[in-house]
Amino acid sequence: MALTPNDVADLARLARIELTDDELELLAPQLDVILESVAHVADVAADDIPPTSHALPLTNVFRPDVVRPSLPREDVLAGAPAAEQDRFRVPRILGEEG
Amino acid sequence: MSTSSTDTLHATAVELADRIATGQQSAVEIARAHLERIEAVEPSVHAFLHVDGARALEAAAAVDAKRGRGEALGPLAGVPLALKDVLTMTGAPTTCGSRILQGWHPPYNATVTQRLLDADLVILGKTNLDEFAMGSSTENSAYGPTHNPWDLDRIPGGSGGGSAAALAAFEAPLSIGTDTGGSIRQPASVTGTVGVKPTYGGTSRYGLVALASSLDQPGPCARTVLDAALLHQVIAGHDPRDSTSIDAPVPDVVSAARSGDVAGMRIGVVKELSGEGYAPGVEQRFHESVQLLSSLGAEIVEVSCPHFVYALPAYYLILPSEASSNLAKFDAMRFGLRVGDDGRLDAEQVMGATRQAGFGPEVKRRIIIGTYALSSGYYDAYYGQAQKVRTLISRDFEAAFAQTDVLISPSTPTTAFRLGEKVDDPLAMYMNDLCTIPSNLAGNASASFPVGLAPQDGLPVGLQVMAPPLADDRLYRVGAALERALTAQWGGPLLAQIPPLPVTSAEPVEGRVVAGALR
Amino acid sequence: MAYDEAMATYDPVLGLEVHVELNTASKMFCGCSTEFGAEPNTQTCEVCLGLPGSLPVVNATAIESAIRIGLALNCSIAEWCRFARKNYFYPDQPKNYQISQYDEPIAHDGFAEVEVDGKTYRIEIERAHMEEDTGKSLHVGGATGRIHGADYSLLDYNRSGVPLIEIVTKPIEGAGAKAPEVARAYVAMLRDLLRALGVSDVRMEQGSLRCDANVSLRPSPDAPLGTRTETKNVNSLRSVERAVRYEITRQAALLSDGGRVKQETRHWQEGSGTTSPGRSKEQAEEYRYFPDPDLVPVAPSRAWVEELRGTLPEPPALRLKRMSAEWGYSDLELRDVVNAGALNVIEATVAAGASPQSARKWWLTELARRANELGLELEETGVTPAQVAEIQALVEAGTINDKLARQVFDGVIAGEGTPAEVVESRGLAVVSDEGALGAAVDAAIEANPGVADKVRSGKVQAAGALIGAVMKQMQGKAEPNRVRELILERLG
Repeated sequence: MALTPNDVADLARLARIELTDDELELLAPQLDVILESVAHVADVAADDIPPTSHALPLTNVFRPDVVRPSLPREDVLAGAPAAEQDRFRVPRILGEEG
Repeated sequence: MSTSSTDTLHATAVELADRIATGQQSAVEIARAHLERIEAVEPSVHAFLHVDGARALEAAAAVDAKRGRGEALGPLAGVPLALKDVLTMTGAPTTCGSRILQGWHPPYNATVTQRLLDADLVILGKTNLDEFAMGSSTENSAYGPTHNPWDLDRIPGGSGGGSAAALAAFEAPLSIGTDTGGSIRQPASVTGTVGVKPTYGGTSRYGLVALASSLDQPGPCARTVLDAALLHQVIAGHDPRDSTSIDAPVPDVVSAARSGDVAGMRIGVVKELSGEGYAPGVEQRFHESVQLLSSLGAEIVEVSCPHFVYALPAYYLILPSEASSNLAKFDAMRFGLRVGDDGRLDAEQVMGATRQAGFGPEVKRRIIIGTYALSSGYYDAYYGQAQKVRTLISRDFEAAFAQTDVLISPSTPTTAFRLGEKVDDPLAMYMNDLCTIPSNLAGNASASFPVGLAPQDGLPVGLQVMAPPLADDRLYRVGAALERALTAQWGGPLLAQIPPLPVTSAEPVEGRVVAGALR
Repeated sequence: MAYDEAMATYDPVLGLEVHVELNTASKMFCGCSTEFGAEPNTQTCEVCLGLPGSLPVVNATAIESAIRIGLALNCSIAEWCRFARKNYFYPDQPKNYQISQYDEPIAHDGFAEVEVDGKTYRIEIERAHMEEDTGKSLHVGGATGRIHGADYSLLDYNRSGVPLIEIVTKPIEGAGAKAPEVARAYVAMLRDLLRALGVSDVRMEQGSLRCDANVSLRPSPDAPLGTRTETKNVNSLRSVERAVRYEITRQAALLSDGGRVKQETRHWQEGSGTTSPGRSKEQAEEYRYFPDPDLVPVAPSRAWVEELRGTLPEPPALRLKRMSAEWGYSDLELRDVVNAGALNVIEATVAAGASPQSARKWWLTELARRANELGLELEETGVTPAQVAEIQALVEAGTINDKLARQVFDGVIAGEGTPAEVVESRGLAVVSDEGALGAAVDAAIEANPGVADKVRSGKVQAAGALIGAVMKQMQGKAEPNRVRELILERLG
């Protein structure tokens, strides 16, 4: 499949990790080897096999619709990199709005 | 180390709890002995990222006071414990061994943490791990590797190298690990300690910072089988805050650990987990153990689990896929590190810069692989197919358990390798988890028990026991049988053979916080 | 291009995605309150803030509501379905993935019917699925306080994790020129249905019901579907209709000029009545959906589904039939009521004691006019059905007349109190003092001898002018019928 540094850059962008050119050059062949190795999952014919996403067959785990106390706001904001007006302050968002 | 201190440090959790309950030794004295030991050996072992001596002594004093008032104490009340730094605890940082969480104080306790506190265990601090539990050597910690107390040039296993090394270095008699692909069992194996991965859903994941949600499971680590069972009993059981938690009674692991009777038990040796790639010393100790179990009355059969060979590739698709999503929340917006917020960069750029600076190479590798594997064009071939392999592995287990009570294999193909030996070869590193991964994919219970030292290098070898889901007690039964017979053979516990560690002179520890994360 | 011209050339196809915030007490996956309007970040915890280690647990009532909504929309309820993670980075979304449903929605393949101008349109429902809401951002700096050009943003996660149901239609074809009205009628129908189910506050102005409208055009109904746009931020019934109409006109103009419609997200601008393009993405959305491993499948038993079916309110069509019979409305009257979205308020007004005809009169004339002027829904004028019934009772008791009643509405809307209090404080009661009234009648006859002669000679309809004069003199505070009686008595 041969991942190029460009492919890795696209994936990194999707994953919001800004990689340096050096990292891209290093990662591409490493990821290639790993992907080649994991691609062996395709060797086993499993067309009629259902996928397992949960190890144990639990269903219908619900909680009652009951309000429980929220965290104190000062605890909520204590870990924030920046806060203002009782809200989390974040850098400007390139928005959806036109 | 004074004799009485050695006696305290080498005592089992059961013995310590008994001394506290009978007033023979105070919890404070026991905590202080361990804190002093931590001071003395941490410079060479580096098992901890954070130690809070004042808090530990306060907790110990509370246990002593409770006893003084004549209140009933739990079976492990006052016993010191080391908590893997991937479980949240208020009043202490949770870093997950990552720069991106440096200094983050969670506002809530993990369920496991809460149960430990409720059971009056004395939490000494948080232990080192591979960043976000990604690794098999603890070398991926952003705060430096942990060293194997058997040989400081060697890895203590991973990701829970800190929790295992703390036991082997006599810094704590109990610790908590988490196991996604072997992170409890592989470190236990290479440090000569006991590590148990409970049935998936047997212990709560609430407050365990997720690596791969469908695989992660917290579990007990200890130096003896009974200690592990008692700790298992404390932390296990249904948690309504974890949707994947099993609402059923905890298997009676403590009775099983006390019994250690394997007569009539059918034990399957997994054919696929041996041969090429397995160190001779590992195979030798494993085969001796098989014979030992046979001599104790167990019936040994060979079983085949043909799809286990696909476990590793399936695991290295499922894990990064889930991890890539689980780790998306580390984005510099609400908590943790923020890099590049100069008023010019937008949120997206700050996220990218922070994740670049905050994540180490292995974390980046796995996030990128997971991002790739979940992409629409590749989902079916990778993630989808890996989930099918998971089904096949579960079926292998079901078939094997139809004719056996437990399965056994070596815990790891080799003994502890040297620090730095495999850091540049991810695939070689991944091979360490060959034997342990199938149980994470299938969700069944699994454990590693020490079965001796490999003749070639004098390093510990572990034997893995795998039991069906919710039959965790069988692990302890087999573990206890081995422990009893081997301890008799060796004339004492395996850890009695560990070479002494270099020791720096102890300073008073009261009120001192060792902030390993700042080193 | 004018709308009619556009419709002569193109056939519109709609698709509507409606997000409904459920009115559960607690959030979808944690116990935090969903109460609207709390102080920022006071209704948050480690789960809805997406803090490391936290885990979601599904709210049972949200599942029930989802199933009931599905049943009310004639959907099949999945025997087994899962939550999936929709992965994308955005600061209002604390985990950077939204827990949603992907290829396994809890309800699918249903339908609903709406009526516009006497014609019934069948809307096929593709799916109704569960998901969680995001936080809210406040944009600071820049010129307008809007996201564009802001210096930074402030985030409040109180809304994060509030349960949402997304209801998605299949392409709605065959509405033709009525597409904007059909879109509006569909959203209005959903709103009424959801309110009747009691599962949501359905307050569009608070965002508890939000609509995205997909619009595409094709040259004729048998042509393949054209390229669609998705217009977001359409937050009132009126806007639904306007936005669809605008998009049809805009796309038609584009196509007529030989241009092409770009597949994109657009935003409805309430002020200008136009849509504007959203931020164009460098790469196609790649949500990397996969089953959420923190949650287990939902497998509602058939017995449970049937039990929930038993809790459904009367289906709208049956209800309409029943009301038509009970209220004695003509077909035309009933249609007007439905088109005005006045069924609920009239029902409540009748329940409060007013006659069906009087209830219809007030809601469709006086209150519809006010709502229209203010750009509000009928329910939102500030007058309740009970107050309408009370005003009608005052009219019937002769305390006020219809004209005075309008001033009572003014007073009630202005917050001056109950209708009786407004009558009292504004001194609106009709003068029932026969002496004063008689004197005013006598004065009017004397002042208009010509008109009086006409009435005397049998032209009774000429009395209107005299009535008007009396009403003027009484400042409206007289009962016109009584005035007429007194005039005819004197001139008969």
